[in-house]
Amino acid sequence: MKEILLPVAHVFALVMMVFAATMLAPLVLAVWGLDPALSSFVISAFATFFLGALLWLATRRFRRELKTRDGLMLVALTWVALPAVAGFPLWNYLPINFTDAYFEAASGLTTTGGTVLSGLEFLPRSINLWRHLLSWLGGMGIIVLAVAILPMLGVGGMQIYRAEMPGPMKDTKLTPRIGQTAKLLWAVYAGLTAACILCLKFAGMDWFDAVCHGFSALALGGFSTYDASIGHFNSLPIEMVLTLFSILAALNFATHYLAWRERGLLAYFRDAEAKAIFGVLIVSCFGIALFLYLKGNYADFSTSLRHSIFNVVSIATDSGLHTQDYSRWPIFAPMWMMFLSCILCSSGSTGGGIKMIRTLVLAKQAHRELNQLVHPNMVRPLKVGGAIIANKVVFAVLAFVFLYFMSIVTLVFLQLASGLDFMTAFSSIIACINNAGPGLGLVGPGSNYGVLSTFQTWVCSAAMLLGRLEVFTILVLFTPTLWRK
Amino acid sequence: MKIIILGAGQVGRTAAYHLSREEANDVTVVDQNEETLRELQDRLDIRTVNGNAASPRVLEAAGVASTDILVALTNSDEVNMLACQIAWTLYRTPKKIARVRSADYTERDGLFGESRLAVDVWISPEQLVTQYVARLIRYPGALQVLDFADGRVRLVGIRALQGGPLVGQELRTLREHIPSADARVAAIYRSGKSVKPEGTTVIEDGDEVFFLAARENIRAVMKEMRREEAPARRVVIAGGGNIGFRLASELEDKNQVKLIERDSKRARRVSEQLRRTTVLLGDAADEELLLEENIDSVDIFAALTNSEEANILSAMLAKRLGAHKVMALINKPSYAELIESGSIDIAISPQTVTIGSLLAHVRRGDVVRVHSLRRGAAEALEVVVHGDADSSKVIGRRIEDISLPEGTTLGAVVRGEDVIIAHHDTTVQPDDHLILFLTDRRHIDAVEKLFQGSASFL
Repeated sequence: MKEILLPVAHVFALVMMVFAATMLAPLVLAVWGLDPALSSFVISAFATFFLGALLWLATRRFRRELKTRDGLMLVALTWVALPAVAGFPLWNYLPINFTDAYFEAASGLTTTGGTVLSGLEFLPRSINLWRHLLSWLGGMGIIVLAVAILPMLGVGGMQIYRAEMPGPMKDTKLTPRIGQTAKLLWAVYAGLTAACILCLKFAGMDWFDAVCHGFSALALGGFSTYDASIGHFNSLPIEMVLTLFSILAALNFATHYLAWRERGLLAYFRDAEAKAIFGVLIVSCFGIALFLYLKGNYADFSTSLRHSIFNVVSIATDSGLHTQDYSRWPIFAPMWMMFLSCILCSSGSTGGGIKMIRTLVLAKQAHRELNQLVHPNMVRPLKVGGAIIANKVVFAVLAFVFLYFMSIVTLVFLQLASGLDFMTAFSSIIACINNAGPGLGLVGPGSNYGVLSTFQTWVCSAAMLLGRLEVFTILVLFTPTLWRK
Repeated sequence: MKIIILGAGQVGRTAAYHLSREEANDVTVVDQNEETLRELQDRLDIRTVNGNAASPRVLEAAGVASTDILVALTNSDEVNMLACQIAWTLYRTPKKIARVRSADYTERDGLFGESRLAVDVWISPEQLVTQYVARLIRYPGALQVLDFADGRVRLVGIRALQGGPLVGQELRTLREHIPSADARVAAIYRSGKSVKPEGTTVIEDGDEVFFLAARENIRAVMKEMRREEAPARRVVIAGGGNIGFRLASELEDKNQVKLIERDSKRARRVSEQLRRTTVLLGDAADEELLLEENIDSVDIFAALTNSEEANILSAMLAKRLGAHKVMALINKPSYAELIESGSIDIAISPQTVTIGSLLAHVRRGDVVRVHSLRRGAAEALEVVVHGDADSSKVIGRRIEDISLPEGTTLGAVVRGEDVIIAHHDTTVQPDDHLILFLTDRRHIDAVEKLFQGSASFL
């Protein structure tokens, strides 16, 4: 156990020291704005750095090349431990307990966007920036960032890259070197974020809100600086910008890179996931707009369409920003949105859920089984977007989906046992495991996760981590073989 | 340097390993076996592409459009040549290296080149290994014999043994011992660690010494390091495969060669093509057969079959039965380390022999030849210096004034037809071939920079 954990702890110490550096951003803002939260950030940044340095020195003699299982362990350890570190400034400054601070930080890092805080507009700006920065860092992956900037993670880098990147097929790299690939992905991510921030500024936000919401949009986080979320602005241009960038963030960043390299949109048409995402979104947005209009929720179709597009896209892409309290819509609409949040996002995006590629594989596999019943001797490979999917991948997808649904069922039962009503229990788990954000019922867009008990909050935190690391990476910690020498 | 390697066999995998561990190289490996690729990608920081190496679509996916070097190392000569041709025709890939085994292709003049088959360099691992083994047999006592400047200079690795006149003496006395032959000791390894060779260094019993000398002086220098061994006469080769067969045909004129082959069809084919070799049908690990063929009077037993385990076992058996010196062809570096100090005298690693000829093409600057040594930890290079005293960091300078990186020895200079063994006052001139020995491959970057200096100004 010691031999397994300590070499991983050595690398984790490095990640911690890098992470301490990210606390400088809110710290600088706090100094500049004479912010009351300044001391919390100073303490946190120093404490994180020194703890990291101490751990690094203490574990130095266990330093060695990372193996496959070390990679899994590093990613799991980082994601479980980092919210505690990241939540420290919140816990230190705000009148909340550790449970809530952990939840808030985990919600940020996993890009869920559900919050336990209210009165967001009255928080110090440094605290708000920190929450959004956490989302942004977690979006592309804190470990992928580490791979990009720490050259020592060369060969082992591939293992941890695979453990953190979403999607079933992760063996294709953009460039031969993993460090280079990670850098490219972060560059595309940062570039799109910068574009989003500029657009938001032009659409009428001030710089601070533009930066925060730009982070939220690209990470598909869902934090806002206002309790009413985007509803606070009541501005069509802002909603259009955020919708556009949410959809971009829900596509595979590798596809963005290819499109940029080819200077054309052809890459998106070759991407089977992107095509499916656009198809599903267009049908859903117009369908729900029509449904709400016919049900009489909105007086005219164009208003209905505006609210439908923003909120459906936001929940389906697992972002979680909102303009309306959609939990008051007839139950069909929010349920459909929740369903989309489970399946819609592309692999290699910043969104959650089971990912569109797995949805496509499952659909095609079901189709193949049906055909096989009619033609028992039929030989047909499973193809998605013209590429043949190996049976091994199909099995992995089936196993993943089984574990994903079993996780949901288990966690929902835990919530029910703790005394929650069905709608809140179910929607909180769905929203957390898909990293979407607001649920329905007590945790709907009009309210927040602050109403949950300590136990229920921890269950939600667990759901977020399971969802962000696609179940396997967390569950593998509970397999005895991992811990055997 | 962007490099595509086609084929993830033994040679392909080793090439990927050696090339990818240098920061500057971006390596992509193409193979048809997905399992092999996955395993390879888990161990190395490379990209892999699954598919047929000669398919334009697969090559495109591997990034052939922007690649600097294409190295075709699949099992099929035809696929290798076709892949190079496709890369050249469609994408004008600057450098194409193909593994071509069949002598039918390689012996034909004018087949490769501009406006012919677009293969810039062909390598035949079997041929390289055969020559390597043949050289070892020609210089009994040597652990390694490596060619530079078309064989005019050779680097010889040898274990110094009590009984050699130089053993127990300081290095500078070498000149007094053999005034007629000039040589330069490039590196000394004492119980696995490198010792800097200086004039006052004393050679001890058991040291592994690498020296550079002109071809005609090698025997004289070797005699200094250990008692001279009688030239090998009786040679037994186990395995009538590609390497065994080639080696037999190269040695059969001067030596008495026996070749043991297990497969009767292959044995017949081999016996038809060889003239003087005695081809024996049987198992090389068969004690009866070996005894019957007087294994105890054999000078060299070389186990060269495809199976390294069989090679190790039959070589050990032959040694026990009295063969004077045994060699075994071993692919796995870990096996080689296991046995080389034991009962097998020389472990031959085909990859290490082959990788040098690839490395020569990825080195910056005008590098003619590279030999990888000590399982890739050390390297010997032949570099051509260009330019003049102003543009180059080495031309016009005396060797003592050139600041070589740590662990690097400048051993010899080849100027036209002359071989000049480097001394502190030797002055480097334009177009000299310098022969360098690096005990630590990690300094290769600094060495490249030193000799490339001129190119960046041009």
